[in-house]
Amino acid sequence: MSHSVPAASGPWAKYAHVVSMGIQNTLVYRANFLFRAAFGLVPLTATLFLWEAIYSGRPAGSAIGAYTLGQMVSYYLLVTVIDAITAVAEDDWQIAADIKDGAVSQFLLKPLDYLAYRLCLYLSGRVVYTGVALIPVALFLFFQRGHLVGPSDPWCWVLVPISVFLAGLLQFLIAYTVALLSFWVLDVSTFIFIQFAFEYLASGHLFPLDILPDALHRLLLWSPYPYLLHFPAGVYLGRIRGDDLWRGFCMQAAWVVAAFLIARFTWSRGLRQYTAVGG
Amino acid sequence: MPHRMSTLRRYLGIHAALMRYSLIHEMQFKVNFLLWIVVEALWFGLQLAFMGVLYGHTDQIAGWTRWEVVLLVGCNQFIQQLFHTFFVTNLSNLSELIRKGTLDLLLLQPVNTRFLISVKKFEIGNIANALMGLAVVAYALAQLDRVPTPAQWVGFAVVCLAGLSVHYSLMFLLACISFWTVRAQGIVWGYYNLFNIARLPAEAFPKGVYRAVFTWVLPMLLVSNVPAKLLAQRLASPWDWVSLLAMAVACFVASELFWRFSLRHYTSASA
Repeated sequence: MSHSVPAASGPWAKYAHVVSMGIQNTLVYRANFLFRAAFGLVPLTATLFLWEAIYSGRPAGSAIGAYTLGQMVSYYLLVTVIDAITAVAEDDWQIAADIKDGAVSQFLLKPLDYLAYRLCLYLSGRVVYTGVALIPVALFLFFQRGHLVGPSDPWCWVLVPISVFLAGLLQFLIAYTVALLSFWVLDVSTFIFIQFAFEYLASGHLFPLDILPDALHRLLLWSPYPYLLHFPAGVYLGRIRGDDLWRGFCMQAAWVVAAFLIARFTWSRGLRQYTAVGG
Repeated sequence: MPHRMSTLRRYLGIHAALMRYSLIHEMQFKVNFLLWIVVEALWFGLQLAFMGVLYGHTDQIAGWTRWEVVLLVGCNQFIQQLFHTFFVTNLSNLSELIRKGTLDLLLLQPVNTRFLISVKKFEIGNIANALMGLAVVAYALAQLDRVPTPAQWVGFAVVCLAGLSVHYSLMFLLACISFWTVRAQGIVWGYYNLFNIARLPAEAFPKGVYRAVFTWVLPMLLVSNVPAKLLAQRLASPWDWVSLLAMAVACFVASELFWRFSLRHYTSASA
């Protein structure tokens, strides 16, 4: 990857540079990433065993919330893949640290937008993580191939990547905004974990949201969280179709825009609070 | 024997002093202290909610009824939060001690180094979360209409201690990998990931490699299952609690041997 591009080639050049720098920096953590991805498969396997135990207590071929065992297993496998592609790794902690030790000061002086800069680092982190996690996850998918359901429709090859891309943007913006609370509070990690608890439940990480009572499921669809995992996985499985599909994409896009505006607002408010410690 | 007693009293005294110090430190940040209790309570609620959703679609999982599983999740929370109170922060800090060379200072103290590393910091907030776990255990027992005898409560305390000791020994053993690589922190947190399976009924796992490994190598499927079964009066034979106690001893011995081996390979990072 060559990036000795002169400044004349526009604003993209410097951000491309940030991406490549980010990739080089995160490559250092590849062993850590591998451990993380591999260890993550242990609880996943446990969850799948648990579901198999539940289905084995029922007549063969029966469904829970319209999920057969195969679809249920596929749902969790999809969530694992989407999560590997989009989850924030260290980004929120790094942003908090930048604010705490005054490193954001330099962004106020440089012609570099902090949000765009962090987004580039997030993207490069995702590229490396996905690349590393691919090995254990692909092996795992191979062992589970008997359960794996294919995409519901040829259109999935277009729609699923779009929804995963939007999910990634939304995921980043949520983490970014929560990390910006460092402008006001001493230790932001509690807020990060509280936010993550809600996300873990409402994004469909624990279980598919459409096995919940219908009213609760519909209510959750108004929050941003289902558009992180449940929605892209549902599109792939063909569980979200017709009007729900287009409404879902509109909601997802609307939440990305809203999250962007909230992030910008929080940043400008935060800067008023900011006293560059350590300058 | 009197000599033994005075040694024990000395270590208890040191432990009490360290606890007092942690407490004073913690109380400087009261809001943060309360928020951490909220965080842990939320995650506990999440585990219960997950089981609630599952039992919305089934009456039993591998022979466990709804309230028996709630009992299991409560036991697991109790043990895990006690582990947090006394050990997690200290053990995950070992790699920092090695990296910065602070370990040298501890090695020179006239006290057992492993003891100092293990109990240096005391997280009092997690006691509150452990009690929440215990409250859920009591509630589930009431729902199940089971009243454990005093002897069963004593047995419960013993197997919980054994479970705690398993977690401690295994995490300590993993933390010792920091003597060779600075990146051991990832491995230590990876262990934290394995915790998640301890709150699931062991019978849900088909007999095979996975279940064998998590019973006889990393006995996650014993640490919380055995206490829960004991209280729910589901223990079919003494075999369950005997294996937990045996594994607790085995894990502790393994961790002590590895610790001694690691120390022999230690070359200080500081000058």
